[in-house]
Amino acid sequence: MALDNAKVIARLQAALPDAILGSSEFRGDLSVYVRPERIVDVARFLRDDPELRYNFLENLCGVDYLGREPRFEVVYHLLSFANRHRICLKVGVSERDPSVPSLTELWPGANYHERETFDMFGIKFIGHPCLDRILMPEDWEGHPLRKDVPLGAEEVAFTFNQDRIYAHKPFAKE
Amino acid sequence: MTAAETRARNLSIPAPSQITRPALEGVKETMVLNMGPHHPSTHGVLRLVVELDGETVVDVAPDIGYLHTGIEKTMESKTYQKAVVLTDRTDYLAPLSNNLSYVLAVEKLLGCEVPERATVARVLLVELQRIASHLVWLGTHALDLAAMSVFLYGFREREQILDIFELVSGARMMTSYFRVGGLAYDLPAEFDAAVEAFLQIMPGRIDEYEALLTDNPLWIERTQGIGAIDSESAIALGLTGPGLRATGVAWDLRKTMPYCGYETYSFAIPTATHGDIYDRYLVRIAEMRESVSICRQALQRLRDIGPGPYMTLDRKIAPPPKSEITHSMEALIHHFKLWTEGFKPPRGDALAAVESPRGELATYIVSDGSAKPYRVHFRAPSFVNLQSLPHMARGCLVADLVALIASLDPVLGEVDR
Repeated sequence: MALDNAKVIARLQAALPDAILGSSEFRGDLSVYVRPERIVDVARFLRDDPELRYNFLENLCGVDYLGREPRFEVVYHLLSFANRHRICLKVGVSERDPSVPSLTELWPGANYHERETFDMFGIKFIGHPCLDRILMPEDWEGHPLRKDVPLGAEEVAFTFNQDRIYAHKPFAKE
Repeated sequence: MTAAETRARNLSIPAPSQITRPALEGVKETMVLNMGPHHPSTHGVLRLVVELDGETVVDVAPDIGYLHTGIEKTMESKTYQKAVVLTDRTDYLAPLSNNLSYVLAVEKLLGCEVPERATVARVLLVELQRIASHLVWLGTHALDLAAMSVFLYGFREREQILDIFELVSGARMMTSYFRVGGLAYDLPAEFDAAVEAFLQIMPGRIDEYEALLTDNPLWIERTQGIGAIDSESAIALGLTGPGLRATGVAWDLRKTMPYCGYETYSFAIPTATHGDIYDRYLVRIAEMRESVSICRQALQRLRDIGPGPYMTLDRKIAPPPKSEITHSMEALIHHFKLWTEGFKPPRGDALAAVESPRGELATYIVSDGSAKPYRVHFRAPSFVNLQSLPHMARGCLVADLVALIASLDPVLGEVDR
């Protein structure tokens, strides 16, 4: 129970100083910015360290900061059942090469989260066993949660306008 | 195969294409069967691609997304208070739990204090919601295994809970009753008696369900020893809620990382040891009893607190009462600003997790300092729990798969969001 944010970040800094870019605290929650290529090492350390024991991957999602570099951020929330403590890891992902190493090796349960993040943001998780779309249709173009995708409706096809609509929708003709 | 390879194979979560592609190429002797998306046992539009050897399940890949409505995207264009109604529509069997997770996250961003009366009412209603949600699970689970009467009894009691929800919020299912800062309206005068009447009958009714199922040899035959999962695999796969607790891990956010003052209520975390379908059944039944006990404590507290504010008094978040608007310029300005612009939490991000009937429901919100959330993400328990299905199903019979889906209790609205 005696785990506080300062202790966690000190321990992490001591073990993997080159992987940590910085840290912040907001409303008592600790966020650590991690170098993308080292995310697996950091997560493995947090999971296996006998004192920290962040054994549970609670959440994994993407955020699109359009206009900022790196444009995307992948956010991981880890929980320690033993210490009842939560840590948030953040990884910046550039638009040019939107890829980060996959955590499925450490937690098989990262599978769906990563597929969802790929589906919604187009961020590739290197080492994922099968990075298919999960929520959107297979033939969907684009990644809907990106900020440059507008909120919009799908036009309903009637006989008077179906030729125009189907022209840019190859799957609908089948 | 080495031990590590076997473990990796056991914990793998195939995508549908990983099963259909080899089948189409004809490189395997097994048969691929499509279950759903319109199948009564899948509890919604869940499609399962099942690889079969005879009647034994070799592998199974859930195919989801049929109910994807882009709720997370839509929320980015609503103000914080208006986005509450969208949370109802994710897990439609436990809308109040979703409301709670979302408003807690926004309140965390704002650093907003909620009046005691509102917090206690939230706990009481969320626990009623847990019972209502478990009743649907119990009824449909039993129905899937051909025990029809449990469904009818379960829905009878659920009806009573929905009547209470209608009493407080005006809506039976899409309640949107919790708002950022408190509650939408005060609890009505009839609330106390309605809850009291329900709490009086419920323990006896749970005994009735148990009399129908717990020692029923057919029920035991269909559920015991089937779809078992150990605690290590459950944690690796992200399983939470009754599924995790049935493996013996006493992890319940109400106890382990309390919110809404749960640490001040006395209740137990029911656990079991085998992690099979029967144990998940036992855990949920015991949880209903604990929820009744929490409701009773919360109701007593509401009586002790008496009438009082049900919404935060911070005028930057909650609108002033109508009576003030008629004679106070400031009140009118606050009212106007709140309904045209909404409030603006500071820049930052917050995650608030609650124990929903299905497991850990967390809402992650990023604020850019404007009146609309920059990003909202739900860590939906149904979505994550579905990952355990292949592990549980391998080696089962097709008929057991039906029982397994029911025991995971997925709500497809929440899976797809």
